[in-house]
Amino acid sequence: MSKWIEVVELNKIPVLGSRLIKTRDTDIAVFRGSDDQVYAIRDACPHKGGPLSQGIMHGSTVTCPLHNWKIDLASGNALAPDHGCSNVFAVKVEGGKVFLQLP
Amino acid sequence: MHKENLVLIGNGMAGVRTLEELLKLAPDHYNITVFGEEPYGNYNRIMLSPVLASEKTIEQIMLNGEQWYIDNGITLHKGKKVEQINRARREVIATDGTVAHYDRLIIATGSVPFMLPLPGADKTGVIGFRDIKDVDTMLDTASRYQHAVVIGGGLLGLEAANGLMKQGMNVTVVHLLDTLMERQLDKPAAAMLQKSLAERGMTFLMEHSTAEILGEERVTAVRFKNGTEIPADLVVMAVGIKPNTELGKSAGLYCERGIVVSDTMQTITDPKIYAIGECVQHRGIAYGLVAPLFEQAKVAANHLAKHGIARYVGTVTSTKLKVTGIELFSAGDFTGNDQTEDIVFKDAASGTYKKIVLQDNQVKGAVLYGDTVDGSWYFQLMKDGTDVSAFRDTLLFGQHHLGDSGHNPDTRVASLPDNAEICGCNGVCKGDIVKAITEKKLFTLDEVRAHTKASASCGSCTGLVESLLAHTVGGDYSATPKTKPLCKCTDYTHDDIRHGIIQHSLKTMPAVREHFEWKTPDGCPSCRNALNYYLLCAYPTEYVDDAQSRYINERAHGNIQKDGSYSVVPRMFGGMCTSDQLRAIADVADKYQVPTMKVTGGQRIDMFGIKKEQLPAMWKDLSAAGFVSGHAYGKAMRTVKTCVGSEWCRFGTQDSTGLGVKLEELTWGSWMPHKFKLAVSGCPRNCAEATIKDIGVVCVDSGYELHIGGNGGIKVRVTDLLCKVATEEEVLEYTGAFCQFYREDAHYLERTAPWIERVGLEKVKTAILSDAANRKALYERFLISQQPAQIDPWKARADGAEAAEFTPIMIEA
Repeated sequence: MSKWIEVVELNKIPVLGSRLIKTRDTDIAVFRGSDDQVYAIRDACPHKGGPLSQGIMHGSTVTCPLHNWKIDLASGNALAPDHGCSNVFAVKVEGGKVFLQLP
Repeated sequence: MHKENLVLIGNGMAGVRTLEELLKLAPDHYNITVFGEEPYGNYNRIMLSPVLASEKTIEQIMLNGEQWYIDNGITLHKGKKVEQINRARREVIATDGTVAHYDRLIIATGSVPFMLPLPGADKTGVIGFRDIKDVDTMLDTASRYQHAVVIGGGLLGLEAANGLMKQGMNVTVVHLLDTLMERQLDKPAAAMLQKSLAERGMTFLMEHSTAEILGEERVTAVRFKNGTEIPADLVVMAVGIKPNTELGKSAGLYCERGIVVSDTMQTITDPKIYAIGECVQHRGIAYGLVAPLFEQAKVAANHLAKHGIARYVGTVTSTKLKVTGIELFSAGDFTGNDQTEDIVFKDAASGTYKKIVLQDNQVKGAVLYGDTVDGSWYFQLMKDGTDVSAFRDTLLFGQHHLGDSGHNPDTRVASLPDNAEICGCNGVCKGDIVKAITEKKLFTLDEVRAHTKASASCGSCTGLVESLLAHTVGGDYSATPKTKPLCKCTDYTHDDIRHGIIQHSLKTMPAVREHFEWKTPDGCPSCRNALNYYLLCAYPTEYVDDAQSRYINERAHGNIQKDGSYSVVPRMFGGMCTSDQLRAIADVADKYQVPTMKVTGGQRIDMFGIKKEQLPAMWKDLSAAGFVSGHAYGKAMRTVKTCVGSEWCRFGTQDSTGLGVKLEELTWGSWMPHKFKLAVSGCPRNCAEATIKDIGVVCVDSGYELHIGGNGGIKVRVTDLLCKVATEEEVLEYTGAFCQFYREDAHYLERTAPWIERVGLEKVKTAILSDAANRKALYERFLISQQPAQIDPWKARADGAEAAEFTPIMIEA
């Protein structure tokens, strides 16, 4: 299992907003819900690759800024009636810090 | 990001479609190399028959010319045949020695015509019908010789025969069986087809088996097993195709009839190698039609883009004959068996034949000859498994006979073919919509929008979609209710909520949601943005804006573009500028290497292709040069377009430019229910096009005409005349009052044009004209809201506001 990497302090992510994390391989959007639950998802909508980090979050869902697809942040699946899925990454909060696990 | 190498072998329809789909999903994922045996770009092979018949040219059937490959950074090796795949070294090697390394490989080598192993089949003038070279050979032969023999009375053979006949040759079609196109037609339809082609001059030798092709070097005659002979200068073999598996086999990939692939279009031997199109065998089937290839392309692209969610599960196919003047359609099981029933219509005199095969009141197959307009409808019913018992008695008469045909305009949309595009924005065809309605049992416009995206973007096709809905579901259709809730999170309307916000002094979004018993904790992208605007409008000096309840354009103060970059538009008041300002913009463009600049329709300069991280620094430089944000991204006042006016123009009656500058200084920065534009024209010639703006001022000798509610958008609307005033001060006051009335009354995302049509011009006139006190109060409220609004968001962010929004976090892992 790969190790956990500290990426950002929780309070540096706006509530119902996101921060963009750039790694060598991919861009990842880390979202913070109104309940401080965090989610990490590949920053590309399964539809046309729109930057999900720039979308509007509601509940545990983000709406893609390009064509309004709605993506469930927990599973990465597009909500019906759309079909598609974007990778999600393991993420946790400890001591006010957000940790990501990269495959 | 490290790019992998993707190599495509085969520059045909299936392979290139895969690349097109892939470029849509993941444009930067791969370095792409294409090997094509033919010396062309990519062309539409199924249109070769019309080329042979001189109904189209090669140029007209090119799908992607060489520029397309250049534009997409694809290396094209045309006219190079790949002869070896080295799977251990992951290389493909072409006959001329070109080597390409791959991380992923797509084999799309298509099929080859099946050539009967007859004695003499190697003579000059014996060909298949597969590519442009074959068509060239046929056209060349037709110009010099008389007699053509086409072996094979199937789809391809008849198309070739028709083309050769059109080129002036005597054409004989030789067929082994007693009916033409036996895989697509039943006997009655085949007989009608044969009669019609014979009337055009085609000769048929049915139940004839070819024995030998005669001649010295070139073919001169064909001899049959019954001993007869006919003269021939050209023999076209069209007895079938076989998947071209030669390369796949030599690479050690498991092949049966075709290269065997899984549901993800990966070869079952080597997952790094995909195979697609006619060279493939999927679940035991090798397809020779285009629709399945396109479906396969979509799946392969999805997998290559590493989305990995699509599966190919096979395709139900239908057939049409591409011979002009002959209408023929078939699909599914059209012969039937003892479990099926036939509904048949035959009128030999008019040349019409229709047969529908039903099982348990579901369409299993269809053959149509002479009148094929309903082919795609039957095909849809067949694919959907629709229960047709309700309209079985009129099924043969087609889709027109459903519903109340002939009595209302809905029939116009009903008579459109399934492939007619209804929604241009989202590329949704009628068939997609009908299918969604019938299959998913949809009853409202919103449901159709959600499932198909039709009319979900610009909305100009809403009427068509509603007609289609009404027609498809008949009496069950419920018209969109007149009073719609704001969104799915609430049962209350926009108006209920706006009034509630004032009446109950609700000053935060949670307070509004609690008061109106919202069904969701955070709201949704629809209501979040609307509530944020309504609160800002109601309490301009108190309300704290919520950045997370704004579209990204407003949050990032730039317009997001298709590739995720942004555009930057500095404000140029009234369209005026100085040479220093232009130089400053040019310097900024140089410094940030802006790839594209253009003058907008609102007479300003747009800079495209800016990375989000660059925005604050660029804004800082623009601020230093005296520019503020043009709000070209916002639901806000954007521009004031002007003409030259009396200062220079020989027709100008007033200083339209100067007035435009004053109006822009008054209104810039104001948030609106939707985008909002003004214009001032110096005379009735109206060079600033003021009569299609939200507010247009037309200067005349005696003063200023104020026009409102114009829209140059999807549905053009010319303004209504509000009134005429005498002084610039009045123009400013009336403009401010109108802006404020619109801001306080319209629904969020409702432009002035539909708003005025909804509430009526009288209501607006009453509020602004009849009641001077009210006008002054509106103007006063507008001025108050402008005090906190006219803070340049660019400068604020350049100075550090919302820095996290623009700063990605880099990690090394």
